[in-house]
Amino acid sequence: MNKDWPLYEVFIRSKNGLSHKHVGSLHASDAAMALENARDVYTRRSEGVSIWVVKAVDILASDPGDSEFLFEPATDKIYRHPTFYDVPDEVKHM
Amino acid sequence: MTTIASLEDKFYQTIDAEEKIEPKDWMPDDYRKTLVRQISQHAHSEIIGMLPEGNWITRAPSLKRKLALLAKVQDEAGHGLYLYAACETLGVGRDELLDQLHTGKAKYSSIFNYPTITWADMGAIGWLVDGAAIMNQVPLCRCSYGPYSRAMVRVCKEESFHQRQGYEIMTTLAKGSEEQKAMAQDALNRWWWPSLMMFGPNDSVSTHSEMSMRWKIKRFSNDELRQRFVDMTVPQAELIGLTIPDPLLKFNEEKKGYDFGPIDWDEFKMVVNGHGPCNEERMAARLKAHADGEWVREAASAHAARKSNSESRLKTA
Ligand SMILES: [Fe+2]
Ligand SMILES: [Fe+2]
Repeated sequence: MNKDWPLYEVFIRSKNGLSHKHVGSLHASDAAMALENARDVYTRRSEGVSIWVVKAVDILASDPGDSEFLFEPATDKIYRHPTFYDVPDEVKHM
Repeated sequence: MTTIASLEDKFYQTIDAEEKIEPKDWMPDDYRKTLVRQISQHAHSEIIGMLPEGNWITRAPSLKRKLALLAKVQDEAGHGLYLYAACETLGVGRDELLDQLHTGKAKYSSIFNYPTITWADMGAIGWLVDGAAIMNQVPLCRCSYGPYSRAMVRVCKEESFHQRQGYEIMTTLAKGSEEQKAMAQDALNRWWWPSLMMFGPNDSVSTHSEMSMRWKIKRFSNDELRQRFVDMTVPQAELIGLTIPDPLLKFNEEKKGYDFGPIDWDEFKMVVNGHGPCNEERMAARLKAHADGEWVREAASAHAARKSNSESRLKTA
């Protein structure tokens, strides 16, 4: 196999009500085969009720080198959190 | 400015904080190389590890045993896949990894170069070989490399049934007729020492250990894990009336563990270097399986190509 089949990322919903979660990846000649193999490899013990497979090349991932510039601005915006605001003690639930 | 030194600082901060390194994070070259070597060897071992047990699937003594063995061997294929996938996140291709296995460039666990001559070997393998593997693998769930650690969590969840089904086989045989009990004892005699070798060379001569500990790939030394395995397994053997084939085995009150006899490292080296009883047979079986699957891979590729051609023709029509 010197021409590796495309890599698919596999996402599984463990039960209705929960989101699909990334569980791993596999190579397959096409999406249909990826789905069949994902079933055999990742749901042998009823781990899921629904599977998504996505070609890995179609996923655009952020660069860890950009983490500071992408995610740090959020850490000093404490006013986005409820505890930033004072309300009178008499108000029990808010 | 990011310099190598500052990247390295950040890497070690992450490691020391018990956080994980993920595929796109910067990592030292040697860390990457060590992981590729270890994970790929581990993957190859899962794949080759199917062969000794595959040998008995058609001859299992009952339907229940056959189902269990089939499921176990299928699990091992899955373990191989999880591990190859983890290894590929470090920038090596699947074809490259398989090539290394097929050309003998990469190693796999030497335990799989021993023959499985009786049904009791299925018991001994599950109990001892999977048992030793679990002892090695549980700490790997906390390994510093994210994809490897996640793969190991999946693997460990599946392994415990492997060990239990093996021990159940041994228990049944040990409680059976004289011949069955003798068969179980014979399997234990043959698999005991190779199982202890699975933990690798003694700490005093182990070459890769120190850095692996620093990088939190490894958490415990070879000798520590081996000791734990002995301490766990000896009472299990006693419980079912089997004898560990080691005249020097003795409980040491002071260390609250067993002292045991020396391991024959010459035998270990011989098997690692290709001269075990089944090295050739295993490689031949692997190469044949790969070659026999070639037409299936070709057909699947052709099918995928034709389908995507006709889909794009429909779109442009
Ligand atoms: Fe396994
Ligand atoms: Fe196993």
